[in-house]
This record gives sequence, structure tokens and C-alpha cells, in this order.
Amino acid sequence: MIRKMHLSKGTGAGALLAAGSLLLTGCGGKNDGENKQAVANIGSDTMVNLAIAWADAYSKVDPTVSVEVNGGGSGQGVAALINDSCEIANCSRQFEEKELADFTAKHPGKEPKELMVGYDALSVFVHKDNPMTEISIEELQQMYSNNGKIAKWSDLGVSNIPGAKGDEIILVSRQNNSGTYHYFREAIVGKSNEMRLGTVDMNGSKDVVDLISKTPNAIGYSGMGYATPGVKHLKVSMKKGGSAVEPTIATTLDKTYPIARPMFMYTAGEPSPTIKKYLDWIISDAGQKIVAETGYVPLPK
Amino acid sequence: MQTSVTNQRSPAPGRAAATRMKQRRGRLAMLGERAIEALIHLCGYSAIIFVFGIFFFVFREGAPFLAKLKPGEFLFSIDWFPTSQTNAKYGVGALIVGTLSVTGLAMVIAVPFGLGAAVFVSEFCTGKTKETLKVVIELLAAIPSVVWGFIGLTVMAPIIIKTFHVPIGVNMFNGALLLALMSVPIMVSIGEDALKAVPDSFREAGIAMGATRWQLIWRVLLPAAKNGLLAAALLGVARAIGETMAVLMATGHSVRIPHSIFDPVRTLTATIAAELGETSKGSDHYQVLFLIGILLFSITFVVNLTADLIVKGIKQK
Repeated sequence: MIRKMHLSKGTGAGALLAAGSLLLTGCGGKNDGENKQAVANIGSDTMVNLAIAWADAYSKVDPTVSVEVNGGGSGQGVAALINDSCEIANCSRQFEEKELADFTAKHPGKEPKELMVGYDALSVFVHKDNPMTEISIEELQQMYSNNGKIAKWSDLGVSNIPGAKGDEIILVSRQNNSGTYHYFREAIVGKSNEMRLGTVDMNGSKDVVDLISKTPNAIGYSGMGYATPGVKHLKVSMKKGGSAVEPTIATTLDKTYPIARPMFMYTAGEPSPTIKKYLDWIISDAGQKIVAETGYVPLPK
Repeated sequence: MQTSVTNQRSPAPGRAAATRMKQRRGRLAMLGERAIEALIHLCGYSAIIFVFGIFFFVFREGAPFLAKLKPGEFLFSIDWFPTSQTNAKYGVGALIVGTLSVTGLAMVIAVPFGLGAAVFVSEFCTGKTKETLKVVIELLAAIPSVVWGFIGLTVMAPIIIKTFHVPIGVNMFNGALLLALMSVPIMVSIGEDALKAVPDSFREAGIAMGATRWQLIWRVLLPAAKNGLLAAALLGVARAIGETMAVLMATGHSVRIPHSIFDPVRTLTATIAAELGETSKGSDHYQVLFLIGILLFSITFVVNLTADLIVKGIKQK
């Protein structure tokens, strides 16, 4: 439910149309009556806005192809690719071993074909009135890991947040199987440690930002592209007192910004000519321009 | 139908013809009767088949994990780390506490309002006011839960932060308020039925004894209708426990033992809704989510059964 609302809220008519026709034709639909070829594109919530922007723009480049985008998470995209219910899976991580095994079991002799399409940088957001300007990975780890020591704003040296009630830090996170959650946990908390219990887990990247903009006590993480006027991103340093880096395209590409990751699109084996044309367009200048416009980081030239 | 029509059109046939007609009509009617009877039987049994079918499929998905399950840890541990890469833990203690606390608080709000409204509609209202009230209350029941959740998230959360000076607006209180609003309609309509079932002679006797309206309600009607009112409250509880979308959006969805009613919590239903979508089929996490489903099934079953037994108790009186 939330995901659907999300789609329509974020991207307007195009998304509604895409979602609607997807419902009508079913996931693997090939034709929608006007001799248009339908391509089902399912996966990462992080990439859903971008994927819809691509699909919209591509409908002008090649009107005979209609790309139908749906979110749901990287895991759902992978599952859809394995079950043949989509042609392209959006993934904000690479295939896991188990998924790879499932894939080869279902598609003997084929391999999921991977294409890197851009980068996603996770911003750390606070309420717009929060006086804080930077934070370190160390501090984030102490906040978000289960045995971490930072639970109050005063532990971070922050006081007098306008509108805040009390000293408690409200940690906003994502539901525990979203790709964004997995990446943040790996990058911040570490594989061997657990996320803190008691984080407020939202069901979408946009919901995280929404909640933070309404909650002066909150801090949270979400894709760089989800920033709104109600929130503010923090510069991130590795250690407290170290040089803090602003999350930008340049800092993601030169790898100085510490919380960024590549995004992928997968096809089951070699793509068909139509899909190959679409994927080639995505990594062309025209496609990569859209990456930058929607708040993600394009591939280096 | 057809046979009766033929009958009317031939008012005076021969005696033999009439008998034949009667027999034919009898046979046809009998056949029709049988078919309809079988259909109705099927409809009746289908409910049982569906319930057992659902229980069977949910159980089948969750059962393989029972072998690995430590019941004590599952039910009482608060460590919910289902996607941990090194040491996955499946303790639903905090989720159970979340469900019970949100439902409990919802009932603290809803029972006085729901039963109060039932008394008002049944005993004080007449004519147009009564009809209007009943329609409006039923309208309240028709609002989809996702709309309630949306109201909680966007309208109530900022108000709660400002009014109660708490750090976060999506919390137990927000969820409980929504659940209360959602379970009030069911309480009102069942509570009103229970009060209606109290014979008028009770009211007449009370008034004849010189009781005021308040004494009549408090000392006569409420005790007389207490089983029905209890059943009304319990059905409200069942409604609240099973609710998913509104609590997913409004409680904050946070695994913790709440210390105040303004702490965010997470419920069993919301956990299934949020996590099932992306677990790979057959994994431990997937099976545990189905076990939570069985747990919920058992809880609502017990609540409904209790309500049912209580209602039966009324009928026997």
C-alpha cells in the first residue's frame, strides 16, 4: 500500500500510468494492444524514482517501448527476475549467493547479467532547525549499533534544537530487509554487529525524510535524492574531528564521501535487442543526465 | 415458479390430469428443494473449509521452523534480529508487548466511548437523531484503515508532539487513538443490540419504583445487559488486535518495550506486513513471520471464542 502511494505521490501521472498499465497487463505482459512492447522493470525502492524518470524519458526516445516500473525493494526485483515476472531487475546491491543459486536453478545455463547504472549516496538527515552541521561515522556507529553509547543529543554536544522535546535522539531507520537498510548496516554498524533495537523503522525512503521533517528530535538516513526543504543533510567524516565531506556528486565519484554505493540493473542472461537498446540508452549521456537530475550520482565519464 | 403458473392457467382439468400435475410439481419442487439445500449446505460448510484451509496453509509455511524453535526465546526474548548476517535472533517479546499495549490503551479509550455511545443511542435517542447517529457511526466503520493511518501520520503526529511535549508523534498513543476510533462502531452496534434485548418490563419496573434515569441505567440496564456489552468490548478488542495498516503507519514501528504511552512500539501484524514482502520464500525469517501469523490467529481465536461463549450465555438466560 505504502509503496503504491509512494509511486504516485512522488512522480505524478507517468508513475500512475505505469503502475496502472502494469496492473492491467500483469507483470510479464508483452503487449498492451497498441503494438507497444511492454518491459517490466521491478526492484529497489532507492532506484524507483530514477527508474520512472528513465521510463518516462525513454517513451519519447522510442514510443514503441513502454517500460513499466514498480518498486518493492531489491529483493523483490531479484525474486521477480528469478520467476520471470520482469525483464529488468533494479538492484541497489549485487546478487547474494543464495539468490544466485536460486537463479541458476531456475534458469540453467544462464547468468544474471549485471550493468552498473549509477551511484546512490546515502545522506544523513536531521530536522532543518537542527544546529548540527557534521557527523562522523564513529558517532553514527555509536548511535545505530546495539551496544552503542550515544542515545542523547547532549552526547553529541548538541543542545537547543528549536522545537525539540527532551534530549532523546529519535533514530529513524528502514524496515530490516530493505536494500538501504542492509547497506547502511554494513557501512556503519558493521557485519558482525547488530542494529540498535528501538529505531523507528519506516517503510520507504521518502517516509524517512517525511518523518524527520516533522520530528525535531530525529536523525535518519535516506538516499541523497530524497532531500526536501524540511530536512538538512550533514557532512560526514570518518572520525570525530576529521575532515567532513559534503554528500555531492563529486565526492561520491572520487570516493571521499563514505556512504555511497553503486546501483545495478540485471537481466536474465543476454538482454533481448529491445532491452539492450534501452540499457545502452540508460548508460548513454542522455540517460546519465537524468541520473543527476533526480538526485543520484551518474557514472564517471 | 413455472409449475404454479401452469396450475393457474388450467383451472379445471380432469381429475387424473390434476394428480399428474401435482406429482410432477412435487417432483420438480423436490429436486429444486434438494439442489438449493445442497447449495446452502455447501455455503455453510465452505466457511469451515476456508478457515481450516487458511490455518493449514499458514501452518504449513511456518511449521518447518517449529523444530528449530525455542518457544521460551521466541515468546519472551525481545531480540528481533531476523536479517542479521552472523547471529539471527527471532524474539517476538517486544512485538507481543507492542500489540497488547496498543490494544489495551485503545480499549481504555474506546470502551467508555463505545459503550457510552451505545447507551445514548439505545436509551436517550429517539426518532431522527437515533437514525442519523446510527448511520454516521456506521460510516465511521467504513473508513479504510490506510486512510486512518495516513491521518495518524500526517495530521495527528505533529499535534501530539506539540500538545504533549514528546519527542516523537508516531507512537503508541497515536496508534491506540486510531484503533479506538476504528473499534468504536462495532462496540456501539453490538452494545446497542444488547441493551435493546433487555425487556421493557425491566425499565417499567425501575421507573415504577421511582428510579431516576441514571439509576435505571446504572443499576438495572447495565447489569442486565452486561454479557452483551462485554461481548461488544471483546469484538472491539479482536478488531484492534488484527488491525495492520493503521498501526504500521502510526505507531512508529520500533522494536522496544515501551516505558510510556508516548514511546513508539511495533505490533505483530505490522511486522508481518512490513517484512514479508522481501524475505525469500522458505527462509527462516519467512517461516518465523508465518509463525507470528499463527500466534495472531490463536490470539484472535481465543478472543472471538470468549466473546462467542459470552453471547451464548446471554441467549440461554
